[in-house]
Amino acid sequence: MRTHQPFSLARCWAMVVKEFVQMRRDRVTFGMMIGIPMIQLILFGFAINSDPKHLPAAVVLADHGSLGRTVLYGIQNSGYFNLVRLVKTESEGHDVLARGEAQFVINIPEDFSRDLLRGDRPSVLLEADATDPAATSNAIGSLRTVLTSALQHDLKGPLSFLAATNEPIDLRIHALYNPEAITQYNIVPGLMGVVLTMTMVMITGLAITRERERGTMENLLSMPTRPLEVLIGKIIPYIFVGYVQVALILAAAYFLFDVPMVGNLGLLLVVALVFIAANLAMGITFSTVAKNQLQAMQMSFFFFLPSLLLSGFMFPFRGMPEWAQALGEVFPLTHFLRIVRGILLKGNGLNDVALQLWQIALFTAVALTIGVKRYRQTLD
Amino acid sequence: MPDGLAIDVRGMTKRFGDRVAVDHVDLQVRTGEICGFLGPNGSGKTTFIRMLCGLLRADAGSGTCLGYDVITQSEAIKRQVGYMTQRFSFYEDLSIHENLDFVARMYSMANRREAVRDTLERLGLSERRNQLAGELSGGWKQRLALAACMIHDPKLLLLDEPTAGVDPKARREFWEEIHQLAGQGLTFLITTHYMDEAERCHRLAFIASGKLLTFGTVSDVVRQSHLTTWSVSGPDLHTLAEHLRGRPGIQQAVSFGSMLHVSGDNAAALEQAIAPFRNEQYDWRQVEPGLEDVFIHLMGTSRDGAPA
Repeated sequence: MRTHQPFSLARCWAMVVKEFVQMRRDRVTFGMMIGIPMIQLILFGFAINSDPKHLPAAVVLADHGSLGRTVLYGIQNSGYFNLVRLVKTESEGHDVLARGEAQFVINIPEDFSRDLLRGDRPSVLLEADATDPAATSNAIGSLRTVLTSALQHDLKGPLSFLAATNEPIDLRIHALYNPEAITQYNIVPGLMGVVLTMTMVMITGLAITRERERGTMENLLSMPTRPLEVLIGKIIPYIFVGYVQVALILAAAYFLFDVPMVGNLGLLLVVALVFIAANLAMGITFSTVAKNQLQAMQMSFFFFLPSLLLSGFMFPFRGMPEWAQALGEVFPLTHFLRIVRGILLKGNGLNDVALQLWQIALFTAVALTIGVKRYRQTLD
Repeated sequence: MPDGLAIDVRGMTKRFGDRVAVDHVDLQVRTGEICGFLGPNGSGKTTFIRMLCGLLRADAGSGTCLGYDVITQSEAIKRQVGYMTQRFSFYEDLSIHENLDFVARMYSMANRREAVRDTLERLGLSERRNQLAGELSGGWKQRLALAACMIHDPKLLLLDEPTAGVDPKARREFWEEIHQLAGQGLTFLITTHYMDEAERCHRLAFIASGKLLTFGTVSDVVRQSHLTTWSVSGPDLHTLAEHLRGRPGIQQAVSFGSMLHVSGDNAAALEQAIAPFRNEQYDWRQVEPGLEDVFIHLMGTSRDGAPA
């Protein structure tokens, strides 16, 4: 017997074989090893675009001449803007921006065509929702050239002197909500949603699987308990933890990053409750599906990764293709990001965030229903 | 309790996929009785107990547990049953006191603090009440588990291998306590693999491959087996056992220290089979079959492809 063999190929091979057998048995881990690269490939390869185009814009068209329309055609054809609706007044335009229904409002003033022809350099006002500077900067940057080239066709013959002047139009840009384009203003409030998603889903994901794995579930079930008592009893402590996180991030946003807090913080705290509940419900549901703690962790990660990438936190939401946007709309984080940015930066009120809030609440209800249904009062 | 039966169930059946884990088991246990529940690993003991306390839904069967319908009233049964799981199932990261307190709260006990304090005192754990349950030794864990599943004054205790891995002294003390409690009117259903423990039970139920094979007192069980056992001592019993096994009439030849127990359920055939070996080399004598002989016999006859 060779007892002092420094390295045995046979023993090493035995280890390799054992690892492969275990890998094959653990379907979820195997699925994750295949699934994660697939998700990343698809999302990074197809969905994520840091130069978003076709951004929705609302138009206030007060001009009765033809040149206003020419300018709008040019804007639409540039590919950066998608003129989605016509609004009557500037204040209506502001509402559309506040609710996030459009990224821009383009104002073509009264007598635009007349003033242009006179060489009076009429103004075009572009108001942009600049909460996420990355989403708007390219579009804003392109506009000047877009305007000039749009008019080139019309400003010919006797009007060519206008085209020759440096700028026939006085383009004014108002970057609303985040005029200095400070990235932190966008990232730090968003981080609140990201941190809550990550920790809340994971921590409750482990909650029931831990009981099952340690054998304490059998004991718990042998006592006169009801599913809702157990599930809600497990959720409440983490709601508290969630609020501690919210408070920490808000404090950091205020004291370290000088993030403006325009809106009502009380409203934000109420909304945060719904969002925390959504993530806890998701975690609890994972917990009832997963066989052990590792699987629960993996499921949380599966949920977290697309949440992060598709919510608009890392990359502009509107830069993604439609299918990715539709998928993104499912995740509570997507809606919470809009709400938290809306409240802190835009000063949104309850009416402005109601639509987003509903969608989070719906998600919570669905997840919790699945969780309660899946929670077994027996060991079957 | 009607007619003094704590457990009165019939036809209890549980399937897991194609496998029948418990197959039409009837069991009657009288109030104040200690019923030993025996059978090989995987025979369905734990499954049966879990059905009794509502942890598993029975696929078929009916009856009562503490007078409540075993199928529909598991909520009420849970309140009056203490179930001690095979594996320690209290929170290892909670202290002894916190565990007991949690259980007392779960049963919504009115005199919770008192009950917890009394339990700690009875256990002699008052001084170590803040120690984490995970730090306790096996024997103490078992005592804690027993105390915790009795904190709500249950009328029936279902104990699943309560003494596995517990030293003989602690086991003896445990059984003394069980007998004392049974004297006070508590009913016990206890699974065990130890024959000495089986002999301490008032009544025994033996289950194999999900079927109840025998039920009764120790002497009932021995008698029902119709087993004849010869004990033989002498040189090289191992070789003798090899020769004996497989001979018609001999169902088992099992070593017991310096003896070999040779058993069969046909006395005449058995005597005929051992005749060639009855010489001056060996000392043969017929003995009363022990419980272990009976159970090994039962396990042998029931082994129709069951995982034993």
